[in-house]
Amino acid sequence: MPFFVQLAHHFLPETILAVGVMALILIGAFRGERGFGLVDEMAVGILGIALVAIVLSSTPDTSIFDGAYIDDGFSRFMKALTLIGAIVSILLSVDWLQRNGLEKFEYPVLIMLSTLGMLLLISADNLIALYLGLELMSLALYVMAAFARDDGRSSEAGLKYFVLGALSSGMMLYGASLLYGFSGTVSFAGIAAVVSTSAPIGVIFGLVFVLAALAFKMSAAPFHMWTPDVYQGAPTPVTAFFASAAKMAAVAITVRIVITAFPGVKDQWRQIIIFIAIASMLLGSFAAIGQENIKRLMAYSSIGHMGFALIGLAAGDEAGVRGVAIYLTIYLIMTLGTFAAILAMRVEGRYVENVSDLAGLSRTNSWMAFFLAMLMFSLAGVPPLAGFFAKYYVLLAAVDAGLFGLAVIGVLASAVAAYYYLRVVKVMYFDEPAPAFDRAPMALRAVLGASTLALLGFWVYPSPVMDAAAAAAKSLF
Amino acid sequence: MFGFGILSGVTFLPLVGVAFLLTQKGDDEASLRNIRWATLATTLATFALSLVIWSGFDTTSSAFQFVEEKNWLGSGLVYKMGVDGFSMPFVLLTTFLMPFAILASWDSIQKRVKEYMIAFLVLETLMIGVFCALDIVLFYLFFEGGLIPMFLIIGIWGGKRRVYASFKFFLYTLVGSLLMLVAILAMYGKAGTTDITVLLHTDFPKEMQTWLWLAFFASFAVKMPMWPVHTWLPDAHVEAPTAGSVILAAILLKMGGYGFIRFSLPMFPDASTNFAPLIYALSVIAIVYTSLVALVQEDIKKLIAYSSVAHMGFVTMGLFTLNAQGMQGAIFQMISHGLVSGALFLCVGVIYDRMHTREISAYGGLVNRMPIYAFVFMLFTMANVGLPGTTGFIGEFLSLTGAFQANSWVALIATSGVVLSAAYALYLYRRVIFGVLDKASLKNITDLTPREIAIFTPLVLLTIYYGVQPQAILSATQASVDNLIQTHTALLDAIKLAAAGQ
Repeated sequence: MPFFVQLAHHFLPETILAVGVMALILIGAFRGERGFGLVDEMAVGILGIALVAIVLSSTPDTSIFDGAYIDDGFSRFMKALTLIGAIVSILLSVDWLQRNGLEKFEYPVLIMLSTLGMLLLISADNLIALYLGLELMSLALYVMAAFARDDGRSSEAGLKYFVLGALSSGMMLYGASLLYGFSGTVSFAGIAAVVSTSAPIGVIFGLVFVLAALAFKMSAAPFHMWTPDVYQGAPTPVTAFFASAAKMAAVAITVRIVITAFPGVKDQWRQIIIFIAIASMLLGSFAAIGQENIKRLMAYSSIGHMGFALIGLAAGDEAGVRGVAIYLTIYLIMTLGTFAAILAMRVEGRYVENVSDLAGLSRTNSWMAFFLAMLMFSLAGVPPLAGFFAKYYVLLAAVDAGLFGLAVIGVLASAVAAYYYLRVVKVMYFDEPAPAFDRAPMALRAVLGASTLALLGFWVYPSPVMDAAAAAAKSLF
Repeated sequence: MFGFGILSGVTFLPLVGVAFLLTQKGDDEASLRNIRWATLATTLATFALSLVIWSGFDTTSSAFQFVEEKNWLGSGLVYKMGVDGFSMPFVLLTTFLMPFAILASWDSIQKRVKEYMIAFLVLETLMIGVFCALDIVLFYLFFEGGLIPMFLIIGIWGGKRRVYASFKFFLYTLVGSLLMLVAILAMYGKAGTTDITVLLHTDFPKEMQTWLWLAFFASFAVKMPMWPVHTWLPDAHVEAPTAGSVILAAILLKMGGYGFIRFSLPMFPDASTNFAPLIYALSVIAIVYTSLVALVQEDIKKLIAYSSVAHMGFVTMGLFTLNAQGMQGAIFQMISHGLVSGALFLCVGVIYDRMHTREISAYGGLVNRMPIYAFVFMLFTMANVGLPGTTGFIGEFLSLTGAFQANSWVALIATSGVVLSAAYALYLYRRVIFGVLDKASLKNITDLTPREIAIFTPLVLLTIYYGVQPQAILSATQASVDNLIQTHTALLDAIKLAAAGQ
């Protein structure tokens, strides 16, 4: 296939982003400080166009650029989620950046660069493309974590994230080189052919290193250590981006690599995934109980949710991947909604982020309290909210695959997790009011309301998500 | 109705009321009155609609009626509703008691009235849904969803230790239910569908039945509640507002019993037979132990809560006898307990609204100032004890009759519970109602208001009517009970035959 045909048919969103981000850098450079508003709006527009391009494309699954990338249903589904996460993150951030004097055009540019890396990562079909996407994504994220450069905690978060991220990159490279050395190929399909029945010990070692590095990026236990500090220290809109878009890409590539490159050694990687899932769920549930800072709480919550999503991957079949896809979709909505609420926590012009600041919210701002309460019940997985269906489909896959122990540990962990989600509801509804929040900007209220409605209404009309997730899962098998 | 049937109508009608309440603004007395009347009208309309269903219900059939089915989540999950002899009485009980719950909150709830009413209406939808759902995931949705409004009702409008009670209530129930969820998934994996009507005729392998039964047991035992997982109930009852206690005792507890009848007994017949001794043991412990505990309570609501646990012991015992008397008695006991315990909590609410304390020692000699109240309270106390002529007697008598056939020792110990229940109930009544009215705070206490009399009259009449004429309820459930027992016996015979053939 000619290069430009590939570019236009199967690489369109990436091309749009790459060209767009260069244009935006130029605009920003020429207009300087005044360029933020324009660049920001254009970034949303370009990401939106890329999203439309993905939603409208219906090309058959195709391998492009000599097998470096693949354009299939799974990648389109995950890219759509990532782009939604990126767009909403930008929308959420505008007000925050302006109030903190950080309205610099680099911010949307970094988000776009990082998103471009995520798209490349999701589509990666060999180890080199994987590393390329991973680094493009991560380097932009490191800078974003430290974006509030006058804030000590933000700089600390950036540094921590960078050092640990570099470590994980090193592990990724080491694992990738082992895989290449023992299988003689970097392509996922080639590795799958070599390890179709049994794997040399070197390949297993490589797999362990690669999975460890990816667990870093997903912030799954036991490689989660950076998450609470970075989530707390980074600027809140950046945390929203970390918790939403970045997770989508990391889970997507993890699913792709184990399913497409190592189908022959399912029993080996399944042990690792099960371990990571259980460790993440337990840690996410228990460690969150004592948290007072709501960003830290959400960090542990996200660790637990990653563990839950991996239950679907542990099942290792089409139903499992479908479960993961549904889980990530609903998790994305819940995360963006929750961070919209966190960003709306502002008392007399000052941002606050403790759970206790929410006290009595139901009386000072009953709609926000209701939305956030529904988000918490959904995160806890209480029906009829969407969070229940997310858990339902991964558990269904696990039970079908005979992983009863994993399913039981999962539900018990979610019962523990319910405690701290309920605590947020309790603070908002049962406690005496704290000072009321300032009026939240339109964008935050819109995101909060829309995400809650989506969660409440999911059970009425679930088929769009269900069908798309089923189609995405199908393309991997 | 938009392609949906009358059961969906009755289930979601309360949500129409919610939509109306959401449009109401303002905190002045006029708008509060609007909110209260609108809520009452909604619950009355729901009750009227459920009576329409009842009038079209064929009591001679054990099949599901008014069945409606819609494609829902794909892959075997359907939106399916229907009622049979087991669920119809509970639907009526729910819709019947809701107006009383609203009336009981008329004056006693003064803060955040709108949210309170919305929570109750949402709860009503979810409770009716539990009894109408014919898809097991849909059932789970309603079953678990009910936790959210109840959590808020206890936590926002409850007493001093409301936070503790609401968390305990939520987490206890959640843990049990989540295990049931795993079992539901396993059943789906085996049968390929979540349609209850199909699952009722699915043969689950013997070992699998054991695990499934235990998982369902975890959920229903907590909900029931059975000893030793009953400890959330006294806390929840004590802290909940009056109407919350009424609904909790009268309907939410019945979901456990309903779950046993709908799922555990018919779907896992083998395991149910094997585990019957366990149920018997827990039931008689509950009957005797919690009756003794009730005897020493200082808080009126707590005493009634413990008596609820004891009465639920009769229900579980009756259900697992698996004979007609036992099961009919258990179902009757649930309906009767719904009326009687609901009414008892309303009685407590009456004096709590006046004195703002539930300590037994704060009362005494009320008969001097409140003769009508004393009469009403006596009637329901007697019904709770199981005096012949009230509904309580029919339920206990039938379930004990059934238990005698199944295991006479169990029946013997359980019968002693009846004596104990008389002891704690009469002791409570003497301390609250009789004696000398010497407490200064009670000197000006007033008797029932017309509104309160209006609340109690139908409950009094029904308690006596069904005590004398139990056939009205028994015939509704008879066909379904007979069918369940027949199927059960046939299945067990088949298993015995297979075992003998090997």
